[in-house]
Amino acid sequence: MKDLTLQTLIAVWEEMFGRGVFWALVVVAAVVTALYLFVLIRDRRMSMRKFLLAQLSMPVGAVGAVAFVLAITNSRLADMGGPIDWIMLLGIAAVGAVGFAILVYVAQSLVRGGGKAD
Amino acid sequence: MGRIDRMDATRRGFLGLAAGSAALVATGGRAQAQRVRTSARIAILGAGAGGTAIANRLANRLEGATITIIDGRQQHWYQPGFTLIAAGLQTASYSISRTGDWLPSGVEWIAEYAANLDPVTQRITTTGGRGVDYDYLIVATGLTLDWDAIEGFSLDMVGQNGVSAHYAGPEYAELSWRALDRFTDTGGVGLFGRPATEMKCAGAPLKITFLAEDIATRKGTRANTQIIYNAQNQALFGVPIVHHRVRQLFGERGIETRYEHVLKSIDAQRKVATYATPAGDVETGYDFINVVPPQRAPQVIRDTDLGWADRWPGQGWIEVDRETLRHARYPNIFGIGDINGVPKGKTAASVKWHQPVVEDHLVAELQGREGTERFSGYTSCPLITRIGRAMLIEFDYNDNLVPSFPGIIAPLEELWISWLMKEIALKPTYNAMLRGLA
Repeated sequence: MKDLTLQTLIAVWEEMFGRGVFWALVVVAAVVTALYLFVLIRDRRMSMRKFLLAQLSMPVGAVGAVAFVLAITNSRLADMGGPIDWIMLLGIAAVGAVGFAILVYVAQSLVRGGGKAD
Repeated sequence: MGRIDRMDATRRGFLGLAAGSAALVATGGRAQAQRVRTSARIAILGAGAGGTAIANRLANRLEGATITIIDGRQQHWYQPGFTLIAAGLQTASYSISRTGDWLPSGVEWIAEYAANLDPVTQRITTTGGRGVDYDYLIVATGLTLDWDAIEGFSLDMVGQNGVSAHYAGPEYAELSWRALDRFTDTGGVGLFGRPATEMKCAGAPLKITFLAEDIATRKGTRANTQIIYNAQNQALFGVPIVHHRVRQLFGERGIETRYEHVLKSIDAQRKVATYATPAGDVETGYDFINVVPPQRAPQVIRDTDLGWADRWPGQGWIEVDRETLRHARYPNIFGIGDINGVPKGKTAASVKWHQPVVEDHLVAELQGREGTERFSGYTSCPLITRIGRAMLIEFDYNDNLVPSFPGIIAPLEELWISWLMKEIALKPTYNAMLRGLA
């Protein structure tokens, strides 16, 4: 790859998802992150009960992410050919797990509020 | 890409934006500041990958230039997608867009073909009789597929009686899949191969061979299927180390190889193909055949003296310096893409690497200085070996492997990550290139 700059990467991502969808996703990611920070600051602590459910949901996010990527790329687990493939797959699973956990935590905090019950 | 990858992408993009916005602004500012004022008339012959990308780059880079791009084709074809279509993984629409959608507003598109080119008077005449005078010319015509050179073959046969020809275009690639689908349902003898001329994407005939074997295996008809690859010379690929790797994989997969077999004619009624070999003509019966014809410069280029006099006789590739891509005898002419008479590089990846070189030398010329960029012969081929795996092969003029991710993505290993690149990342990168952004 020649001249792999941030500008090139953004151009490629814009083409991959479509410009509107790409920037919408950037906004969604920013909003979820901001909401996460918001509930942490609002509650001034991490709720361990919400965090537990968030952690329990991590495998769902991991498996979901891997299954989705395999499905849209006509691939199977049997196609993993070398260490880099497994690293890539684990990376996809990890991002899926963490992303989904944050989403679950934020959703609980917004729906249930920061009440003292937990 | 997956939802999670999207999140990953957005997060990276977001963090990148947050952390590197200053850098981004600086880069954007630099691009603006570098715009060069000129009144030069620049003609671009061909609005395929090479012509479209350089049109966008020059439109961004120059101010006051008259840029004219000449091409009668209304459809733009994403050619790296043809193999995926021919293997039933995509439909024809995957590779089809509109030429006009990629062209920048500051460039005039003449939607006619060139009928005549005179490099001495610096004038192009279109099929509609329009004359275009230029100071600088970029030849990006691509090449012509010489279907008539295969005796007994015509494109209307594609998709029937086991005839496939996915090089012919997206619709033909889809018809080719129908033929391959039927063949792999039942089995029989499948013939593959490549022409003896220079060709675009020399990996494509190998990919469709590997895919046919894989699809037959998945359908459970492999035991009834004989797959024969016909190489035009003594090698399966121009880069020796890649040849040996493909030879090894063909052996492991039970794909038969015949060397020095060049397809000469087919008899569609009898389902027999004739190959020219050093020992004379050889006839082989088939149930499926993938036809890749000889390839040459378009007639309008062959009618000029732009081609090499002593190399590639009858093929007409233009005589450019292999590093600067500037014509050897007409310094105001540059070449991009398949039309270039250089030892390597008839791929979209090479087109991408041609861009900064031609842009640099042309803009330097307009500024009265010497350009410095050099083309190394870089060619890339995500060589698909089965659905879900590929080898990311990149090489240069010296037959050296030049991996983009050394130590991370092994070029001669069949990897899923290389498949992901072909399936997901390649088209967006190609589109970004068309817009002059990558």
